[in-house]
Amino acid sequence: MDIFNWIVSAQGEGFFSATMRLAVPLLLAAVGAIYAERSGAINVGIEGMMLSSALSAALVAADTGSPTLGLLAGVVTGIAVAALLAVFTVLLPADPVVVGIALNLLAVGGTTFVFRIFSNQVGTTTTTPGIDAEPIPLLESIPILGPLLFDQSYLVYIALIGVVITWVVLKFTSWGLLLRAAGEHPAAADSLGLSVNRTRFVALLVSGAFAGLGGAFLSLVASTQFVENMTAGRGYIAMAILILGHRSPWGVLLASLLFGLGDAFQLRAQLDNTGVPFQFLLMIPYVLTIVTLAVFGRRLIDPAALGTHFRRGHR
Amino acid sequence: MRVIVGTDIASIPIAIIIALVIGGVLIALSGVNPFEAYGALLQGAFGTPQHLADTLIEATPLALIGVGIALCFRAGVFNVGAEGQFLLGGMAAAITGNLLSTAPAIATLLAMAIAAVLAGAAWAAIAALLKVYLGASETLTTIMLTYVATYLVSYLLNGPARDPATPIAQTQPLTTSGLLPGLWPGTTLHVGIVIALIVAVAAHYFLRRRVGGFQIVATGLNPVAARSAGLPVRRILISVFLTSGALAGLAGFIQVSGVQGKMIVNLSPGYGYTAIVVALLGRSTPLGAFLAALFFGALSAGGASMETSVGVPASVVTIVQYLTVLLVIAYTAARTLRRPSRVADEEE
Repeated sequence: MDIFNWIVSAQGEGFFSATMRLAVPLLLAAVGAIYAERSGAINVGIEGMMLSSALSAALVAADTGSPTLGLLAGVVTGIAVAALLAVFTVLLPADPVVVGIALNLLAVGGTTFVFRIFSNQVGTTTTTPGIDAEPIPLLESIPILGPLLFDQSYLVYIALIGVVITWVVLKFTSWGLLLRAAGEHPAAADSLGLSVNRTRFVALLVSGAFAGLGGAFLSLVASTQFVENMTAGRGYIAMAILILGHRSPWGVLLASLLFGLGDAFQLRAQLDNTGVPFQFLLMIPYVLTIVTLAVFGRRLIDPAALGTHFRRGHR
Repeated sequence: MRVIVGTDIASIPIAIIIALVIGGVLIALSGVNPFEAYGALLQGAFGTPQHLADTLIEATPLALIGVGIALCFRAGVFNVGAEGQFLLGGMAAAITGNLLSTAPAIATLLAMAIAAVLAGAAWAAIAALLKVYLGASETLTTIMLTYVATYLVSYLLNGPARDPATPIAQTQPLTTSGLLPGLWPGTTLHVGIVIALIVAVAAHYFLRRRVGGFQIVATGLNPVAARSAGLPVRRILISVFLTSGALAGLAGFIQVSGVQGKMIVNLSPGYGYTAIVVALLGRSTPLGAFLAALFFGALSAGGASMETSVGVPASVVTIVQYLTVLLVIAYTAARTLRRPSRVADEEE
């Protein structure tokens, strides 16, 4: 059994561990976006939220020496950028796609500026105190599941708990019901005296908090430094994952793992010197996204009011 | 797509001033006197003939790509991936130019331009077809295609298309027959800005005076109504997207042929992205995009020179550019909100 031997080998363990490490930032961002999109608000600003959070998490962690404070800074930053997006697209009737893209591009310029200012003036290195993996005894030695789940940093567990919480919130709480009502039939929700726009605003903030965790993961766990434009399109890939996962927490979990697998595969292939130019391997996550959008892009399962602006008394 | 076209012109100068003030605060935070920094920026954008030429050179790709993106906005689609179309246009132009290095200049330049236009349009076609026939969001696919294009160019420049004479990832330098003629003796200004102006005027005329232009605008205002009125909506969307890709490719050709003289990895400092806000600031009109490109070109050229002379990161210019557009969007959206609601009208 060659495959079995490979799975339990150090190489196989590294592969599955990498799968999870690459999947988690996408998972965090996509799970957060479930709240936004189910409430009818599109969050195209995930990329900018992740990038800003990656920077603030790295700066705070490097300055205080505490990765946990860095993580918190990342979450706060994600929420702040989301609040800006919400002002434009929930309070004001601006186009969510246009504003989201503009915010993402602003984040590229903004993080570059802040990063240069800080790395010049303070003169610190860009290395942050990262969050280390904490293997769980015994469980970590299970094939596949061990490296995938039980030899990871605590942020991975937060992401997985986030999936469960999101499922519970959407399915079993009244706020989850309100959220879905705002996304499917805002006028009906409004006529029952529920505030559509407050719900969407809060949903976007939740999405921002998750994107902030995802961004912090990049600069604290996946690597221990901030690199300009380090999100490399992950915020957009998360939006494709959302579509692939049908905006359900479990679907998004599976879709994220699929993308993590694809990314881990291309990293592995780079190390193995397959003769395929590395640039073609690096294309894999992006091509996978395009294929996903082509196959599942038809918006039949979208929340009915997704991307529309709600204004009381307007039809 | 909402709130793109009906921007209030009066809001634009106010937005620019507010954005510049915020930029000034950021400059002050970085420890430099903002007046000194903006002085250096003005000097770098207009101070000498060469600086003025730099402004126009920077404005050229922004104008060409911006006009294409504006056309897309008018039809209700969003081309976020002009960056990739631009890079592939530059790549195709450089390869063609090197193949034809001994041909007469006119033939070489024409062939390069055609190759670049085809490359840009072909790359845009992928997203357009996926959008129209499979419903894939063009916003996401164009961004993903840009990453793919960047790696493709990186592969070509490190592999088959690399100049064997150098370890750097770039093509062989073009011979003189592949270089765009100059426009202003004593400076590096090339004829690109004239091409951009012609394109902008032609697009303006097409939108305002031709049936095809009317069809684009009608599709953008209400695609369902346009389809039931018998307009070939799919064909309109595809052709607008292809035009946008073609213009981005053309801009890539101009950058290779007029500025770099070869294809390099860093051909673009993000022209394809900046052009999005150029189109927005230009109220999605071709002439507006051209004017916005001149303004952003001045900011970019001035910003680069500000970075070298007073040490403020040029990214502050990017921040000012995007802030300007976000402020205009906010103002326009807020104004829409102040309009009385339709139900209220009926009750009166």
